[in-house]
Amino acid sequence: MQTVGLAQAEIEKRGIPTASITMLPDITRKIRPPRALAVPYPLGFPLGEANNPVLQTEILLTLMALLERDDVPVLEEFRVKG
Amino acid sequence: MLPSTAMAETRNLSVTLRVFLKTYRWRKIDPVPMTRLAKPLSECRVALVSSAGFVVPGDAPFRDSVRGGDYSYRVIPADTDVQALEEYHRSDSFSHEGVDEDRNMGLPLDRLHELAAAGVISSVAPRHVSLMGSITAPGRLVERTLPEVGVLLISDKVDVALMVPV
Repeated sequence: MQTVGLAQAEIEKRGIPTASITMLPDITRKIRPPRALAVPYPLGFPLGEANNPVLQTEILLTLMALLERDDVPVLEEFRVKG
Repeated sequence: MLPSTAMAETRNLSVTLRVFLKTYRWRKIDPVPMTRLAKPLSECRVALVSSAGFVVPGDAPFRDSVRGGDYSYRVIPADTDVQALEEYHRSDSFSHEGVDEDRNMGLPLDRLHELAAAGVISSVAPRHVSLMGSITAPGRLVERTLPEVGVLLISDKVDVALMVPV
């Protein structure tokens, strides 16, 4: 989470809005990247499930929705649609 | 079947990793930078930044031997066959099963192409960035690598960057 968080800060600082996925929200809370989406999956599974394009796309769409936020640092939770 | 329905809480991790997560001095981003989205997503060019340690076949592998973690980066062109990417992330702190089965788990390039085709985003950036995660000494990453990554994304006129750790 740290490698990506630091990259995120550098890119955002240079004028490109960013959003990251996290599987360890407690750690992300300490690092404070601008926008992060906590997904309910283990380390190694940021996009949820292999070969599940529907779920992977849903995660990406939720992640991109965070780009509208300017109240950084943002940390939201991804919930699977029932 | 999902690998887990619960958040990857620290109590589910190995003792070694739990101790590390608790005692490691995480770099705190302060102040938190913020750039506003200047236009609708449907007009945005989107790039991916992954720390899954992926390398295009034929490119130099990430190296385990670099103390504190390999701070270099690799470029993944947009037209890469994502499933052909080689994975060099050797950390045993997570299951590699997901990315082994489907590289989109660490770099959802196929999904991004679909979103561009559907008009949700304007275009897929020509180059995406692959980093090695689990870098315990991030000094050289921050000082040398990330500024180069920033320049690369700017020169490709990227509007949005999505970050994917593993």
